[in-house]
Amino acid sequence: MKGSNRGWVLLFLLPALIVIGALVVYPVLATIWRSLFDRIGTEFVGLDNYRRMLELTRMRRAIFNSFIWVAVFPIAVTTIGLVLAVLSEKVGWRTAFRLILFVPAAIAALSSGIIWRIMYQTEPSRGVVNAAISVPMSMFSSQGKFAGAAPSYDGGEEEADGSISFAVDVGGEGGVAYLGLVRIPLSALPDDAVEARDPQPLGPGTLSGVVWRDTRAGEDVRGAVDPEEMGIPRVPVRIIDPEGTVVDTVESGVDGTFEVTGLDPGPYRAAIPTSQFSSAWGGIPWLGSDLITLSAIIAGIWIWGGFALIVIGAGLAALPRETLEAARVDGATEWQVFRRVTVPQLTPVLGVVFVSLTIGALKMFDLILGIAPGSVQADANVIALEMWRTSFSGLGERGLGSAIAVFLFVMIIPVLAFNIRRFKLQEGQ
Amino acid sequence: MTAPPETARKSIVSRLTALIAKGSVQITLIVVAFFWLVPDLGLLITSLRPVQRYAESGWWTAVTTPGELTLQNYANLLSDSALISSFTTTVVIAVANTVLVVILAAMAGYALAWIPFKGRDALFLVIVGMLVVPLQMALIPAFQVFGLVGLRGIPAVVFFHTAFGLPFAVFLMRNYFASLPGSLLESARMDGASEWRIFTRIVLPLGFPALASLTIFQFTWTWNDLLVALVFAGDQRPLTLFLRDRLNQFSSGIDVIAPGVFLSAIVPLIIFFAFQRYFEAGLLGGSVK
Repeated sequence: MKGSNRGWVLLFLLPALIVIGALVVYPVLATIWRSLFDRIGTEFVGLDNYRRMLELTRMRRAIFNSFIWVAVFPIAVTTIGLVLAVLSEKVGWRTAFRLILFVPAAIAALSSGIIWRIMYQTEPSRGVVNAAISVPMSMFSSQGKFAGAAPSYDGGEEEADGSISFAVDVGGEGGVAYLGLVRIPLSALPDDAVEARDPQPLGPGTLSGVVWRDTRAGEDVRGAVDPEEMGIPRVPVRIIDPEGTVVDTVESGVDGTFEVTGLDPGPYRAAIPTSQFSSAWGGIPWLGSDLITLSAIIAGIWIWGGFALIVIGAGLAALPRETLEAARVDGATEWQVFRRVTVPQLTPVLGVVFVSLTIGALKMFDLILGIAPGSVQADANVIALEMWRTSFSGLGERGLGSAIAVFLFVMIIPVLAFNIRRFKLQEGQ
Repeated sequence: MTAPPETARKSIVSRLTALIAKGSVQITLIVVAFFWLVPDLGLLITSLRPVQRYAESGWWTAVTTPGELTLQNYANLLSDSALISSFTTTVVIAVANTVLVVILAAMAGYALAWIPFKGRDALFLVIVGMLVVPLQMALIPAFQVFGLVGLRGIPAVVFFHTAFGLPFAVFLMRNYFASLPGSLLESARMDGASEWRIFTRIVLPLGFPALASLTIFQFTWTWNDLLVALVFAGDQRPLTLFLRDRLNQFSSGIDVIAPGVFLSAIVPLIIFFAFQRYFEAGLLGGSVK
């Protein structure tokens, strides 16, 4: 019996053990050994690769980012998973809810990164995240109709407050103000705008003027109203006296002209207020170098939230109902039940989820490649990614790459110890 | 003990609070589900818009102009031979790898669960320890070994995946098989059945749920992999590499990238929805046991 057992054991186990031995055990040991050699692999350099690794700026950045991932990601996802598991337990459509949240976990992390890169586009008109944020933002500040516009000739000045003003003298025949603007797209003009009309002086104490788009296809003279140049309707114009007081505010007509009467002679300024030119809120640069790690973590929560929800949900379903009911009968509030009964009983499950997520955070790789634009990849770098970059893309620094791999493994070893201890406990029961 | 009238009053109040609480739970979950779905929806709509529109406006504006949506991106993509060959490569890698892993792991799991031998528990502990070994620890030596024996492309990717899939697979199989009723196996042994016969006639049929979980899990995992493919695939580029190769022209290539992401996601999603029960079992087998 013993003898025949050995034959069977070999038959059943050997194929798997050969593959694991050749492609896991041997390479792991070889990587540790390789990390002590230079980039070609011929010269023994001791721990030099490890010293270099800790000195490299890009590696420091990677370690820093991985640290952020480990500090934020597992606790965030576990908490969200726990709360959603407890809440979804109370509704009839919990299965549908869990399916919806698990979808991102079923697809490639690279794809999820790409999806979020689309969501995170900076211009609020293109990226849905900033578009959603811009809704409340626009209640506090509104975009000017002619953002980016500038005076067309040197008679106009851009004031410090963002308004644009033009000097005009109101003399014996009346003043004429030319408020020429450029850098306004034709599409920004209202539909009823017509060709600008050259204003004529209207007599003593009057000011006539025109607000117009001082440019046209072909030759044009800046500061003069040429044919085919369009008036800009409904622009508020403030008339400011020499003391700086606003004496009147008028609006331009469809041909851009306006008129003011009853002025004392003197030097005035005609100003278009800043509200017409303030530029729109540009959006939060989610994919910029400062925020990219945070943005990737948010995408990571989207990917892994369903995993935490399903595992914790299963743990919740397996809890004995009696203790929960007993606590409720004793008059405990839902929060007390959650805090004092549910969470303590779920601790083993929460531990497992937390540990899986910690490993996931340390191994994070494809998501970063998918979400970070090329120019920001260095800022989004993490240890697992830097290992591949160092070893296989570009320089092929295999000694250094091996050291990074060992470093990554060392970070995970406490988790490995946790797994084995838990397993022994389970088997002991 | 409270007096009866007080209990009645309390129960009305508490029922009312419970009703409100239930309503707010419903609303909260609907909002969460909505937020979770937005990126999926965004991808789908982006994949149906002409590439110029991507530069001009957000995908959600298509809700008011559904006329601009077109299947042209998909038509272009499906007539792209690079995509077709990537798709085939992905299928071959995922299927070959899954078959290998399931067979090898089922056999090893059976031996570890039911054939007593010296050092069995220690061996299993070593395998449990391997569950968390990062791929990165093996890439460089495996790359060199494959280079020496001239293994590249699809076979290299398949073998490497198989090796790194096995620890989890053996763990899953062994635990499930160990939970099967021992009396059944013992009586078969009494009747003189060989271990092979017990394995194929009793353990495999009874272990079907675990085998299904493992199949689905391993297939999805390989299908979605990027790292192993980056290192070993060479010219035989699976879908994830097809997409990665195009990320440098993100905005101008979105008409290929977005439908490409959707096409590569559709297979694991179909599997997930069709075999949801087994999928969850696999997920839990790996963590909760």
